[in-house]
Amino acid sequence: MSDFKLSRRGLLKTGAVAGAGLATPMFFTSAARAYTNEPTGSTVTLGFNVPQSGPYADEGADELRAYQLAVKHLNGEGDGGMMNTFSSKELKGNGILGKKVEYVTGDTQTKSDAARASAKSMIEKDGAVMITGGSSSGVAIAVQGLCQEAGVIFMAGLTHSNDTTGKDKKANGFRHFFNGYMSGAALAPVLANRYGTDRKAYHLTADYTWGWTQQESIAAATEALGWETVNNVLTPLTATDFSSYIAPVLNSGADVLVLNHYGGNMVNSLTNAVQFGLKDKQVNGKNFEIVVPLYSRLMARGAGENVKGILGSTNWHWSLQDEGSQAFVKSFGQEYGFPPSQAAHTVYCQTLLYADACERAGTFNPCGVAEALEGFDFDGLGNGPTHYRAEDHQCFKDVLVVQGKENPTSEFDLLEVVEVTPRAQVEYAPDHPMFAGGALGECNPGA
Amino acid sequence: MDAILLQILNGLDKGSAYALIALGLTLIFGTLGVVNFAHGALFMIGAFCAVVLQKILTLQKVVLDNENLTAWGTPSEIKTPYAEIWFGDFGAKLIDYSVPVSILLAIPVMLIVGFTMERGLIKHFYKRPHADQILVTFGLAIVLQEIVKAFFGANPIPQPAPEALRSSVDIGVMLGFAENAIIYPVWRLIYFVFAALIIGAVFAFLQFTTFGMVVRAGMADRETVGLLGINIDRRFTLMFGLAAAVTGVAGVMYTPILPPNYHMGMDFLVLCFVVVVVGGMGSLPGAVAAGFLLGILESFASMNEIKSILPGIDQIIIYLVAVVILLTRPRGLLGRKGVMEE
Repeated sequence: MSDFKLSRRGLLKTGAVAGAGLATPMFFTSAARAYTNEPTGSTVTLGFNVPQSGPYADEGADELRAYQLAVKHLNGEGDGGMMNTFSSKELKGNGILGKKVEYVTGDTQTKSDAARASAKSMIEKDGAVMITGGSSSGVAIAVQGLCQEAGVIFMAGLTHSNDTTGKDKKANGFRHFFNGYMSGAALAPVLANRYGTDRKAYHLTADYTWGWTQQESIAAATEALGWETVNNVLTPLTATDFSSYIAPVLNSGADVLVLNHYGGNMVNSLTNAVQFGLKDKQVNGKNFEIVVPLYSRLMARGAGENVKGILGSTNWHWSLQDEGSQAFVKSFGQEYGFPPSQAAHTVYCQTLLYADACERAGTFNPCGVAEALEGFDFDGLGNGPTHYRAEDHQCFKDVLVVQGKENPTSEFDLLEVVEVTPRAQVEYAPDHPMFAGGALGECNPGA
Repeated sequence: MDAILLQILNGLDKGSAYALIALGLTLIFGTLGVVNFAHGALFMIGAFCAVVLQKILTLQKVVLDNENLTAWGTPSEIKTPYAEIWFGDFGAKLIDYSVPVSILLAIPVMLIVGFTMERGLIKHFYKRPHADQILVTFGLAIVLQEIVKAFFGANPIPQPAPEALRSSVDIGVMLGFAENAIIYPVWRLIYFVFAALIIGAVFAFLQFTTFGMVVRAGMADRETVGLLGINIDRRFTLMFGLAAAVTGVAGVMYTPILPPNYHMGMDFLVLCFVVVVVGGMGSLPGAVAAGFLLGILESFASMNEIKSILPGIDQIIIYLVAVVILLTRPRGLLGRKGVMEE
């Protein structure tokens, strides 16, 4: 047994040290844990959460390529890509806030639970200060919620559901990609112009959040121009053969089929529709038409020749001739030997936008970064003048209406841009009924 | 009436694929007693035989065009398939007909895959519980599909039918209905006829050949056939190869209907197990009958009139039928008495 004796001198010393500690200004002590995963060394870690397995693995691989390219550019390697055309000139090629950018990757598997698990692991084990990526709205909404709780920024990848910045919006989440409402607003006038205002549309819709919101958006936009929606049939996400859903279209009186499908669903339903001769059919004295509101070049490849002449919308296309797009296509093409997809473009932009916001805010603190992104106006990233709206963290920019090319010159040359719909035409109020029901809440810096 | 006829056609078409896969599954279960969860992967491998042949036939000679640059500044490429350079019009025709021609590649490939699978893995699990067989074959299916994905990517790869067979025909006019009432794709009709021929050929093989007779005898009483000095194991191995080949060619011919991807086997697997259970485990006619029956029921359940009364019925109809069958007639529609029963 040992005796513990506290002398008067010892008590004074201990008291002085404790007092000094307590008297230290708060920012010195709180700085160590001011926000989740504050980078303390010479590097900063970003978490790229993309589908590396599962049905969207090819899209995920393209996203990863773009992320790696963005990291190279941020660290001052390569030709700089869109950093050279970006209207903000904060990025100098010396990392972010002088810290070299490193990254970790996760596999979302296009499953919400797997995506949340991989994001959690990157935040808790790898110290990722920002999570980005994804190729599905279900996943984006799930990961966005997790990032809000964890106190890190989420820069969404390919997510098109209105809900991501609608009822499920979060203060820590930001979306560069367009949404179902914008597709409808951009596409409807072109459809009315090409096919007339007296049309009867039959919708086949994937039975989940993205399908519902897109169908609602397209139906509302086309009905406003005089179209009638004859029917909307929900199809299971797991469906492969759509013949039994296509067959009733033949005798429904409809003269337009709208396929609110994405990925494998889109490839299969479009293939089936063309097999059943819908493209060559005459109804109500008009040519029968098929519309695919959300196009992806990677998916269009799966449908092969069936995409020819089919109208749809897309966030970005590599054939755009603006300075930013050309810089990105050149940089990506020289690195990988083929042009980038819209998924690659949006995630590249998101990475630069995040890095730029950190520089402007002078911190990685999510609340500082969010404040820098809110209401930010920029240009030079391939979509013309763009605005990151503060109220819902949705980007507003021009939307492309595209069409399956009749005579493609290569396996990448499948779509052609038929119209660049100006931003003003696709804007909506933050409290629009299609986006109602949620609240952004307060920014969460975490620990 | 025309809508009903159209859904019957759809059902027969879907049923053709179900029946062909379920036929292979039940052949394996009936002979070897193995529950083969890798059977869907065989369907997928068959489909990818068509993809491989198409890739071989469309191997291209690449000439760099220095005068035309790509958007990223490298010379553009002018590609011409070697088949067209070497064989002219015949080469172009061969590429056009690559899907049916793939059957010639798929049969030997699938026989080899089947033999290898049975000899290399499944034979070690004959005496193990069904749960072990399911686990190991399911694991094998995942490995096979991941290998295919590593080589071919995750996206579907379009395999167009020959140009002359890509159109659709107005069956309604032939049956006395109005014009455009029943339009059906030619290739789907071909698939149905093809499936009927394959099913007929398998039954004829088992019914009218000595080999088939021995196999049937082995299915009924394996021990006695073995006691007669017949190497029934070797015959059963051959039947595994045959089942793989049947499933493989079903996969090849299915590719123009839906572009194949690495996951297509899994999409069919569970459905086809339900088909086998409904038809009766080990019953070949049962598998075929249940395949067509469930295909037709699934198509009817997708009709708007039915869905408006019972929303979501299209997603559960097959499983609903399976539940009813298992409760009322556990041996399945045409199953042998005693199988799956107390």
